[in-house]
Amino acid sequence: MLMEDTLRFGSQALVGAKKRTWLMVLAMAIGVGSVVILTALGEGARNYISREFSNLGTNLVIVIPGRTETTGEAPPMVGATPDDLTLDDAIALTRSSAVRLVAPIIVGSVPVSYQQLEREITILGSTADLLPVRNLSLAKGKFLPAGDPTRGAAVAVIGSKLKKELFANKQALGQWIRINDRRFRVIGILDPMGESLGLDVGDIAVIPIATAESLFNTSSLFRILIQANGRSAITKAQKAVKAIIKERHNGEEDVTVITQQALLYTFDGIFKTLTYTVSGIAAISLAVAGILIMNVMLVAVSQRTEEIGLLKALGGSERQILSLFLVEASLLSLAGAVFGMLIALGGVWALDQAFPSFPLTVPLWSIAAAILVSISTGLLFCTLPAKRAARLDPVHALSGR
Amino acid sequence: MIRLEKINRSFQVGDETVHALRDLDLELKSGEYVSIMGPSGSGKSTLLNILGLLDRPDSGRYHLDEIDTTTLSELERADARCNKIGFVFQAFHLVPRLTAADNVELPLVLAGVAPPERKQRVHEALEPLGLLDRAGHRPDQLSGGQRQRTAIARATIMQPTILLADEPTGNLDKASGEDVIHTLEKLNNQGITLLIVTHDPEIGGRAPRRIRMVDGAITEDTRT
Repeated sequence: MLMEDTLRFGSQALVGAKKRTWLMVLAMAIGVGSVVILTALGEGARNYISREFSNLGTNLVIVIPGRTETTGEAPPMVGATPDDLTLDDAIALTRSSAVRLVAPIIVGSVPVSYQQLEREITILGSTADLLPVRNLSLAKGKFLPAGDPTRGAAVAVIGSKLKKELFANKQALGQWIRINDRRFRVIGILDPMGESLGLDVGDIAVIPIATAESLFNTSSLFRILIQANGRSAITKAQKAVKAIIKERHNGEEDVTVITQQALLYTFDGIFKTLTYTVSGIAAISLAVAGILIMNVMLVAVSQRTEEIGLLKALGGSERQILSLFLVEASLLSLAGAVFGMLIALGGVWALDQAFPSFPLTVPLWSIAAAILVSISTGLLFCTLPAKRAARLDPVHALSGR
Repeated sequence: MIRLEKINRSFQVGDETVHALRDLDLELKSGEYVSIMGPSGSGKSTLLNILGLLDRPDSGRYHLDEIDTTTLSELERADARCNKIGFVFQAFHLVPRLTAADNVELPLVLAGVAPPERKQRVHEALEPLGLLDRAGHRPDQLSGGQRQRTAIARATIMQPTILLADEPTGNLDKASGEDVIHTLEKLNNQGITLLIVTHDPEIGGRAPRRIRMVDGAITEDTRT
């Protein structure tokens, strides 16, 4: 039998029994669709987390005062309170060749006002390096001036949300705002980048670090953000930071240094596992679809005993009958896979419309896997009915008068 | 051309063993026209199925064109069914979703004949049976007689040496039945071996050689 004839015969058989065909295609489509949608959700969650982290900046190393590691040592007899992390510490870090940029940060929450409008917001005291380190961008104006970080000018860069609330549509650049009763000139407005790890960049004001020190009356840094000199230098930078701080803090390693990578890997691992779990659940639904298909196919075989007997009487061999049914099964699975893909793409599109900030992507491997799995389940679960058809006794099949 | 030697076939029905054929011997010459008659359960259909290679005897030998078919593999038997044997059934057994022409084409499709040649042969098979204007109709759009003639066209398209007809007029009215019998006889005149199983003495009586079966054995074998 020619392949094209086998295909034609199979498709005619499918078209001939529309209800049954639709039922099976639907079962398969739901299976395939759920595999793709669920993996898209899993991948989306993973991408969302990755994006949050990459929004933090590239090759980022974060220095946090205090050591949060638990060691097996006995409690010290003399209470060793960690030394404060200071601006001088931050400046010292630039000595390392593995460190490209250093942005020390002081954080405080104080009222900001312009004319009669007043709001309490988060103030970041930092240096010009914060812009590249933290991957920020400006909508208008300039960022903090570069130069000696120990000298602070009375200038501020404000977030877009704050600008809107204080100035509405009026010109903000060059205006004077009050931060905790000190006057600052607005020199730049940040680009709205949305929220990144809990900090809404639209709702902050950035001022020079030295100004922040005197404003909050503290020399203690909240943390130091470091951009390493390339991806390969991250570990080196981490070591260098520890060494420098230890040297400066009387041999006490009283800071915690974390890399963005380490955080990212942890989350990435969790979400990969999640995606696989979700795909596993989806695969079960595909298996259920397969069993449904098997049942309908068994019914199809018993409904078509007469035809199978006839094909045998006309010279069809067991192998031909088997291949006819398997071709039918693969056509069904293929149709199911295509419909499932449409369902999935429709579903993903709808989810995308409903939750635009969630980065839903259909990974290519999931499409390939879904099609592969649907065809193999189709074939697997149709082998039994097809074998049954092939072994059918033509005498009995034809005697149904 | 066809030689059956000591064919036995029994079925298990419940606790009982039914001997459908007992030590049956039969020889058919090429081009013969034979009718087989007998009461229900006399083994007529079993004989026909064995002759058509749809069923295997429990013991005995069946030679078809000097080949001992009892030694053939499943594939070889399918091949023999395809090329040497044509079936006509009481219930027509046309595939309902296929047109008359497609039904007739089916054995050629199974045999893997190339499409252009198939079209030609289907045309040649339908024309003498007066079915050309019905070629595009599905079985449910055909009359009983037309359906059986379509089935005959299908049975003969591979130019088999023997045509086996199991109650070919059983589901037809008298006029269509006669029409079908005439068609079959015309094919016999062209040289095909024709074997008709029937209940109807009038139809059975038309054959030059008439076999009567009772309880799985031949009781009468007359020729005129």
